[in-house]
Amino acid sequence: MFKIFKAFVKKELYHIIRDKRTLIILFGIPIVQVLLFGYAVSTEFKDASIDVLDYAKDETSIQLIQHIQSSGHFTLNKVLTSEADIESGFKEGNVALVMVIPKDFSSDFYGNNPLTIQLIADGSDPNKANTLVQYTTRLIQSFQKNKLQQIENPFLITVEDRMLYNPQLISAYNFIPGTIAFILLIISAMLTSLAITREKELGTMEILLVSPLPPLLIILGKVTPYALLSFIDAILVLIIGHFVFKVPLLGSLILLLLCCLLYVILALSLGIFISTKAKTQQQAMLASMMGLMLPTMILSGFIFPFSSMPQVLQVIGSIVVPATYFIEILKAVMLRGVGFQSVVIEIAILLGMTIVLLALALKNFKIRLE
Amino acid sequence: MNTPIAIELDKLTKRFGDFIAVDAITFKVKKGEIFGFLGANGAGKTTAIKMLIGLSKPTEGMGKVAGFNVDTEPEKIKKNIGYMSQKFSLYDDLTVVENIQFYGGIYGLSREKIKEKTTEILEELELTEVSKSLVISLPLGWKQRLAFAISMVHDPEIVFLDEPTGGVDPRVRRQFWETIYQVAEKGRTVFVTTHYMDEAEYCDRVSIMVAGKIEALDTPHNLKQQFEATSMDEVFLKLAR
Repeated sequence: MFKIFKAFVKKELYHIIRDKRTLIILFGIPIVQVLLFGYAVSTEFKDASIDVLDYAKDETSIQLIQHIQSSGHFTLNKVLTSEADIESGFKEGNVALVMVIPKDFSSDFYGNNPLTIQLIADGSDPNKANTLVQYTTRLIQSFQKNKLQQIENPFLITVEDRMLYNPQLISAYNFIPGTIAFILLIISAMLTSLAITREKELGTMEILLVSPLPPLLIILGKVTPYALLSFIDAILVLIIGHFVFKVPLLGSLILLLLCCLLYVILALSLGIFISTKAKTQQQAMLASMMGLMLPTMILSGFIFPFSSMPQVLQVIGSIVVPATYFIEILKAVMLRGVGFQSVVIEIAILLGMTIVLLALALKNFKIRLE
Repeated sequence: MNTPIAIELDKLTKRFGDFIAVDAITFKVKKGEIFGFLGANGAGKTTAIKMLIGLSKPTEGMGKVAGFNVDTEPEKIKKNIGYMSQKFSLYDDLTVVENIQFYGGIYGLSREKIKEKTTEILEELELTEVSKSLVISLPLGWKQRLAFAISMVHDPEIVFLDEPTGGVDPRVRRQFWETIYQVAEKGRTVFVTTHYMDEAEYCDRVSIMVAGKIEALDTPHNLKQQFEATSMDEVFLKLAR
């Protein structure tokens, strides 16, 4: 039996090696994607340009503006003179934020009077606007703290925040686990479903079914090479994440790799399942794109936080999408360095999903023979 | 009358719900015979073949292929038959040799046996020169003969050929039939479907299936007499009407 299996795997490897498209999907896409997500998609920003409408024009207001500039996040574009100028910067597209400092800033500031600074951001890009406002608010708070401590104000509440596990809020810490989950699922599921439907299209599947090969062996023979290669992919992405983007790896490497392996098997089962439903490679491609790629991107909490989704999607995303659990495991093991006990529930759920999917796939595969 | 029997069907039937795809077909095929299995598209040919090669379970009736029951022993049947489909079903991105090795491998042949078979097939088909070329680069006629040879890599008693000459030009078709004769002479049973009526003339015996039933079964010569026709084409047209 093992010899037959070996013959099958060998043939499958020939297919993979000789097909440029498969090779590109297998190794090109993951690397490009990690680099893209790591470098291009970044929630941090530097040198956002800012306009200031300074009604006060006193010493304190100038100090505040300097303080904001010196943070490295903002550069001063223009000092405005009237309210009418506020919009022009946005319209030309060269300003991300406008800060309005009220009259008598200095005296109100030191006189403990109510004081409001207005921040105007471009809401057409809500994520960016939110982040900018948050950054600026924190800068203003720190400015206040610095100045007022010098004159000892006992009533001031100071907030001191510390971002655990990712103190510098580096977005790669979030994107690398997400990208691994995303890539493994897409690659494994799409490639296996393509490989199986291709045999259907060619008519070779018929021959295989007429041969004495048991269906399980056909599936295993087709899937094993992809399992291995996807696993190599996972390691590749981990290496890039760790050495290029400096994502830490605090937990057990073995636990991490075992979880990757489990997730790869889950993805492959999904691929087999798709291929039992799809008759052509095109259908298989579409199904893996629409059915797997979009939910994984959008609903796994990878790009958009769960808390900002409508409840229905939150439920779907957190229960049905396998990537959700896997990302959770990756973050837990890589960033928080926890052990098996802390991720056992996620692992159990992934394992359960794998078993159900495999059973479904096998059942469907057999029905097709009848 | 003691010729061994290769295929024996007794009222073999396949129903899909209310639809009777194959309606109680009964016939025997002798060992070493070239048996033509004819019928228009949708007459139930494919379903019947699927039952014979162990891909589909019969609803009723009995069938024996190579001495094994189609209902209960499909796995044993699979080991003892060869199958070649219309699409030739070779792997285009594998070389000639790799194709032979793969199919030899999945039938569980030993390494020595595979080596021996590879040389044999390459020499017989005069493919030694292109043995390391990808199959995709071969002319259709070569692919066809290679697929045929590969379907017999495990020396099966019976080969099933499902429209093996589809899309091939007449000269190549004739060549192919010569190979079929050679195979039958060695005592191997050939069960072939075709919709080229001239090919029906080459068969030892021919059955014609209409709407799930076998409407005629005899040698081409007798069939032509029976239906007062000059060619199998005419026989077929008379029956199908």
